[in-house]
Amino acid sequence: MTDEVAGIATRLAKHPFLAGMPDVHVQALAGLARLQRWPADTRLFSEHRTADRFFLLEEGLVYIEMPIPGQEDMVLETVRGGDVLGWSWLFPPYVWHFSALTVAPTEAIVLAAAGVRERCEASPEFGYDLIRRVAGVAIQRLHAVRLRLMNLYDPTPPRR
Amino acid sequence: MVADSASPETCRPRTPTTTEGAAARAAALADVALADVALADVALADVVVLSPPGLAALANALIGDGYRLVGPTVRSEAVVLEELESADELPWGWDVDADAGRYRLRRRADRAVFAHAVGPQPWKRFLLPPASLLWRARRGESGFSVDPPEDPLPRYALFGVRSCDLAAIAVQDRVLATSAHPDSGYRGRRARSFVVAADCATPAGTCFCSSLGCGPAAAGGYDVALTEVVTGEEHLFLARAGSAAGDAVLPRLPSRPATPHDLDAARAVVGEAAQRMGRRLDPDGLPELLAAHREDPHWNEVAQRCLSCGNCTLVCPTCFCTTVVDATDVTGTVAERRRHWDSCFDLDFSYLHAGSVRASTSARYRHWISHKLGTWPEQFGTAGCVGCGRCITWCPVGIDITAEIAALRGGVPEGGGL
Amino acid sequence: MTAVTESAAADLVGSADSGTDPMVPHRYRVVRRRLETRDTVTQLLEPLDEPIPAFAPGQFAMLYAFGVGEVPISMSGDPSRVELLQHTLRNVGAVTGALCAARPGAVIGVRGPFGTSWDLNSAYGHDLVFIAGGIGLAPLRSALLQALSQRERYRRLVLLLGVRNPDELMFRKDLRSWKGLFDVDVEITVDRGAPGWRGQVGVVTTLLPQAPFDPDNAVAFVCGPEVMLRFTALGLSQRGVPAQRIRLSTERNMKCGVGLCGHCQLGPVLVCRDGPVFSYDRLAPLLHVREL
Repeated sequence: MTDEVAGIATRLAKHPFLAGMPDVHVQALAGLARLQRWPADTRLFSEHRTADRFFLLEEGLVYIEMPIPGQEDMVLETVRGGDVLGWSWLFPPYVWHFSALTVAPTEAIVLAAAGVRERCEASPEFGYDLIRRVAGVAIQRLHAVRLRLMNLYDPTPPRR
Repeated sequence: MVADSASPETCRPRTPTTTEGAAARAAALADVALADVALADVALADVVVLSPPGLAALANALIGDGYRLVGPTVRSEAVVLEELESADELPWGWDVDADAGRYRLRRRADRAVFAHAVGPQPWKRFLLPPASLLWRARRGESGFSVDPPEDPLPRYALFGVRSCDLAAIAVQDRVLATSAHPDSGYRGRRARSFVVAADCATPAGTCFCSSLGCGPAAAGGYDVALTEVVTGEEHLFLARAGSAAGDAVLPRLPSRPATPHDLDAARAVVGEAAQRMGRRLDPDGLPELLAAHREDPHWNEVAQRCLSCGNCTLVCPTCFCTTVVDATDVTGTVAERRRHWDSCFDLDFSYLHAGSVRASTSARYRHWISHKLGTWPEQFGTAGCVGCGRCITWCPVGIDITAEIAALRGGVPEGGGL
Repeated sequence: MTAVTESAAADLVGSADSGTDPMVPHRYRVVRRRLETRDTVTQLLEPLDEPIPAFAPGQFAMLYAFGVGEVPISMSGDPSRVELLQHTLRNVGAVTGALCAARPGAVIGVRGPFGTSWDLNSAYGHDLVFIAGGIGLAPLRSALLQALSQRERYRRLVLLLGVRNPDELMFRKDLRSWKGLFDVDVEITVDRGAPGWRGQVGVVTTLLPQAPFDPDNAVAFVCGPEVMLRFTALGLSQRGVPAQRIRLSTERNMKCGVGLCGHCQLGPVLVCRDGPVFSYDRLAPLLHVREL
């Protein structure tokens, strides 16, 4: 194992998304990962492009957004250091549904999707572990979206 | 509750087993005398015997002392509570036939005056009036000024209060007069009041005070207590004082000393009454029972019958909920705050922001019965029901608090119910 | 008139007419009024009569608009400034509308302070986590000001704030100054961004998993609409904060504020007397019952 891979493995093991994952799986992921950093206002990916990677954010803030003709891009959600970004890489046709833009200098571990998918196929134990983590995040975000739908802070219609 | 140990014993409802928060408060009340045996403790020397004219003299003496005499009288085919000019207006020779959703006056063969159990109105009508002015505000140089009502508070002599209603007054005292922020109007009216209690000899079909430890005998909280004895030729009132004020008034009345025979007769009357309650309610574990059944489908079943009319809350002698109404005169220079009885069956009662918290009838019925029998002890350290049976009698569809509890317990109520 | 002798009633409830009437408002003059958002104002009040007793953060007062009515409103000011009262309220009805309209010089009525406080004193040595939704920031502002004035008594101070959109942010000056403090963590999130917004987008509960506090040693103070309370308490529990250390400020219809009118019942509790601040272990079995 190169020093670089070992360093990435250490950082992967520290990331909340992978907390408690068996070392052997973390080591395997480290071989598929690289570190990257971006200034603010960098587009990490765009709607309808190939989803060939995902991001374990370590620092920074990223908008998940959608362009609307004639308007500012609609920001749907923010993710930040400690969050995972991207799950379109898991399912065909492997294209991004939304866009991602850094709003602050951002640092992440970037994982190569094809390799991770191959490892999921090869090791159902690893695949189950990873999919459970993704499902957990997806459920949290779904709950949050439901709460936003009901206008959480302001159940009273304003007086006209 | 240190103050309680120094107070005279009052008839308070037996506090049911409570959840932990109220355990200490409940324990403080565990020693109250049981009202159905109170007469057994009365000494012969402490009792005088009044004839019917003696009773009239008591009424006149109180009026003479400046009290406004309020008591039972027959009006609109019911025994109501009103301001009386003399004992002549009392319901001499009437009793009642009461059942769930049913109330009929009956003529008696004798002239018994306290044989009518309780009518639709509780005494809170006088101590916590259905509508009252809290204060009046006038616009002025410095914004506005606030003035209390100008009329002095009335001094009422409550004449012929049954043990259940004495217990109810004690409950309202606890809620309104001895809390951290006492209600000044209630407290003022109550502190000025003189109470003439009447032991109950003729419970009605909807009565269940004895199962809650609230009767049928008056056990405290009165100035004068009367036991009416009507046997053949005899029509007597055994009178005992319960306070210095009561001690002061009795010697001013035409009376004779009581004999052992009188006392035996009085004890028999009260003892028999305890056996003739039309209903029964087992108070054990009610807070836990109701807390455990918050999501019970039974509430939906009750809601099929309940009209949400609020009659039960109006006739209940312990229901104390009120609302306030703010208004101004047409010029906008004088504002008033008035207080009215309110009912938890009213949709607006729980209004918050854009709607009512308890929008369904099932939630409102559950709230009412749960408050009365479940949460009251934790809130106020006393039970909320005294067993007077008014809510059963005056429910237009005959919903029976004892039957609903029995249904929650999964059984059929003993001695009554629908 | 005789009846100088003691009656049973006087013995039981005490002699009549002692004490003050809790239903009579004290008059206060509005001395400053600041528009926080489109429909929300903060007012500073000075007493015309004897002032009400000093309040503790989390307590509320009944505010009276002449002839219109009364509403329960939490104090939002610095509790150490006893000479001036401050509250923040939103125009959602006739009474709040009339109160919001009261400009400097206008006189309103105040009764209080009533109810339980956030009880910061019992949280010495802990991380304090303040979580606000919308106007729920108002009563937490008082608590945060108190905590800042006794900064050394607490460990981390964290404020998590969620609002619908950036226009609804109130106490902007305070937020800016707290954000500038090295020993306070302020995180703000909006449901929906707006031009110029560079902060987080998402409901306030999404801030919980990564908020910088130690769940084993934190006390949380939560204020906002009831649904937000329920979900925030759930999120704090998931984070490992025990229910006894989660404090929630609740709301119910109130007419008297002092436990006499019965309106604010929530099962066995009277929100005005036993609340508005409750710990989650007390409230959990009640908050999750429909129409209680």
